[in-house]
Amino acid sequence: MTAEIGQFALILALALACIQAGAQLWGASRGDGALMAVGRNATLLQAVFVALAFGCLAALYLSNDFSVALVAQHSNSAQPLIYRLGATWGSHEGSMLLWVLILAIYGGAVAVFGGTLRETMRARVLGVQGLLGAAFIGFLIFTSNPFTRLVPVPADGGELNPILQDPGLVFHPPILYLGYVGLSIAFSFAVAALIEGTVDEAWARWVRPWVLASWLCLTVGITAGSLWAYYSLGWGGWWFWDPVENASFMPWLLATALLHSALVLEKRGALISWTILLAILAFSLSLVGTFLVRSGVLTSVHAFALDARRGVYILAIIAVFTGSALALFAWRAPAMRTGALFAPLSVEGGITLNNLFLLCATATVFLGTFYPVFVEVFSTDAITVGPPYYKLTFIPLVLPLLLLAGLGPLMSWRRDDLKTLARRVMWPAVIGVIALVAAALLFGPGKILNVLGMALGVWLIASAKLIMLRRWRVGQVGLGQSLRLARATPLAIWAVALAHGGLGVTTLGISGVTAWQTNKVLSMTAGQQVALGGKTVTLDQVRIVRGPNYEANQARFTVTGGWGGARTLISERRFYPVSQTHTTVAGIGFGALGDVYISVGDADPNGGLVVRLWDHPLVGWIWGGGLIMALGGALSLADRGWRRVVVRRRVPTAAQGVPATA
Amino acid sequence: MRSLIYLLPVLLFGAVIAAFAIGLGRDPAILPSTLLDKPLPTFDLPAVRDGDVGLKSSDIRGQPRLLNVFASWCVSCRFEHPVLLALKARGVPIDGLDWKDQAAAGARYLIDNGDPYARVGNDQPGRTGIDLGVAGVPETFVVDALGRVRYKQVGPITPDDWTRTIAPLMDRLRAGT
Repeated sequence: MTAEIGQFALILALALACIQAGAQLWGASRGDGALMAVGRNATLLQAVFVALAFGCLAALYLSNDFSVALVAQHSNSAQPLIYRLGATWGSHEGSMLLWVLILAIYGGAVAVFGGTLRETMRARVLGVQGLLGAAFIGFLIFTSNPFTRLVPVPADGGELNPILQDPGLVFHPPILYLGYVGLSIAFSFAVAALIEGTVDEAWARWVRPWVLASWLCLTVGITAGSLWAYYSLGWGGWWFWDPVENASFMPWLLATALLHSALVLEKRGALISWTILLAILAFSLSLVGTFLVRSGVLTSVHAFALDARRGVYILAIIAVFTGSALALFAWRAPAMRTGALFAPLSVEGGITLNNLFLLCATATVFLGTFYPVFVEVFSTDAITVGPPYYKLTFIPLVLPLLLLAGLGPLMSWRRDDLKTLARRVMWPAVIGVIALVAAALLFGPGKILNVLGMALGVWLIASAKLIMLRRWRVGQVGLGQSLRLARATPLAIWAVALAHGGLGVTTLGISGVTAWQTNKVLSMTAGQQVALGGKTVTLDQVRIVRGPNYEANQARFTVTGGWGGARTLISERRFYPVSQTHTTVAGIGFGALGDVYISVGDADPNGGLVVRLWDHPLVGWIWGGGLIMALGGALSLADRGWRRVVVRRRVPTAAQGVPATA
Repeated sequence: MRSLIYLLPVLLFGAVIAAFAIGLGRDPAILPSTLLDKPLPTFDLPAVRDGDVGLKSSDIRGQPRLLNVFASWCVSCRFEHPVLLALKARGVPIDGLDWKDQAAAGARYLIDNGDPYARVGNDQPGRTGIDLGVAGVPETFVVDALGRVRYKQVGPITPDDWTRTIAPLMDRLRAGT
């Protein structure tokens, strides 16, 4: 019964999404308030029915109803409850349902809270959201129905891919999807603005929190994904430039650009068409990410549901939505150039430069990811693009960006003066140069990227500190006055310092671990000791343990020396009989200054156990920095500024000749 | 003139979508190998481990064998590796070509994950890879008793690929000699 209810709920949701799109777009163009109200109700009802469908699928998993094909494939009676729940979005169909659910909830949120928007603007936003909803619910129903029944009913199910049986699965996909799909709101706002032909500060004020929230979720999602890969793949890597990692990284890069350009639009009324273009591109890259994972156009470790028919459907969705939006942009945007002027040396100028670098960086990742596809179109050769490509193209683009990220928050709006700017940034610059010299002496010229990374990381953190110190006027006024200023500092200021400082922490982590990591591979027997990066690792014991649905060879190690006293680490080599797969659970001693990473392999013929040990200095800073950046995003989102009454003031139609986006 | 700039994104996008559409029509796993039914190119590669024999093209003959191209930095190879180990346990002769990889890294990879190969050669410069038309790792060539390439698998060998495609082919090759 539950499966049929879910199925009907999905079909109803499809019909409601069509009504939503039709009523909103038609109502807005006729200025018909009643029709737009119908559209709003359809939006809310659609969210309710999609949620019902999702609830049904979750219930089917929790009750292990093997008469449903999807459940039988990804769950079995021994699978722990939490992974049965996680399996709801661990498969292609389930994850698309989650995608649609988040889309519907966001649409509902705009319908409920969008009262301060112009009525036709809200209607058009929801209309575009309705079109997106209809397209993706249709995709679910017609190509990837999660509720298909199975005859005959199997006695027990298959298994969720053991690599996915990890707490990471419970958090990573939903958070990432919250980010991907959140960009759909920015997209809908961009298309609505193009239809209306006007953009005002209220528009930017509405779009920015959505972009910020998406960026926040993407940051957390990517950080969590990197950490998950680090501890679950068992060989100590934290970023692989895998196509699917790139698929989440590209929207993040563009969301970062969009976040900044929308700030300029909101504060200064400049970069209008540029911001709209970024909003369209950022969501399009989310769609491309979806396409990538599900079409089989590239092979990847993440790939699931490799099915060309689904690929064609999603490609059609991308072609129609992005294509129409960009065509609309080409048609309407030239008439909208109403940007305010600014001097090249100003926050606006800095952000424009930042946007260009971010766009170029995105382009290099895009090219690297899809180069194999493009090459195949023109020749019969096939190629792969690996880390060396990114080291040569992406990293050189990021280094100036990091320099700029330290400078930007210390610049003034409109017009800055080179001399006073130089005086302002003197201290972080001096500290950065000291770090540069120290790192150069430490690493030698052979590791130039690590040297520059260290210096830039220190520069970013120092300049982020300076943002706060300047705000509090430390050294200029008394301590009491500074403390009062510190208490009165708006969250938005903290947000900038944390986000930019967090980027510095991540940069230090990446530079540190790539320069200093050491590893050893050896066969160990119980009681044996080995030295690693100034620490001593002892293999205490090896035994067989049984989990709920696996058997494991478990090894216990003690790490002594270094900071923090003796620590016990446990690494397991697990075997899942149902799917006949092995996984490795690494034993990781996390520490502020670095990790000890141990992963055990199989027993060797001489009775020893193959052990791989890594010393990873500063690796935790990579994720720590990511979380600090995310915290910055969260504080910015919590800042009271958003809740101020929105003034519906049109951007002055400037007659100035020079476009802001030039 | 200015409005042409605004047209640029949609034009670029059209080109990208066209490329995707063409790419979608092709299965990335099926690649025509220019070497099909031709002898392996001649190579003589050093070993990945000290004191080990390397891999020569003349080693790969006498019976149907697999030549597996791998690298320690390749994620998909780690997924394929258990399959290779299982094949070795069934007596399938496999030789390994450690492609664009430092010999020491390749050796560590084999210690860590097990060694399914009869012989392993290291191709750090990637020259032999070019001669073989290697596009990415992993790739596996089925070579017959006369040293001719009979099939090329792109991407990891799954148990399914083995039972459906490669095992029947190797049986046929074995019966033919």
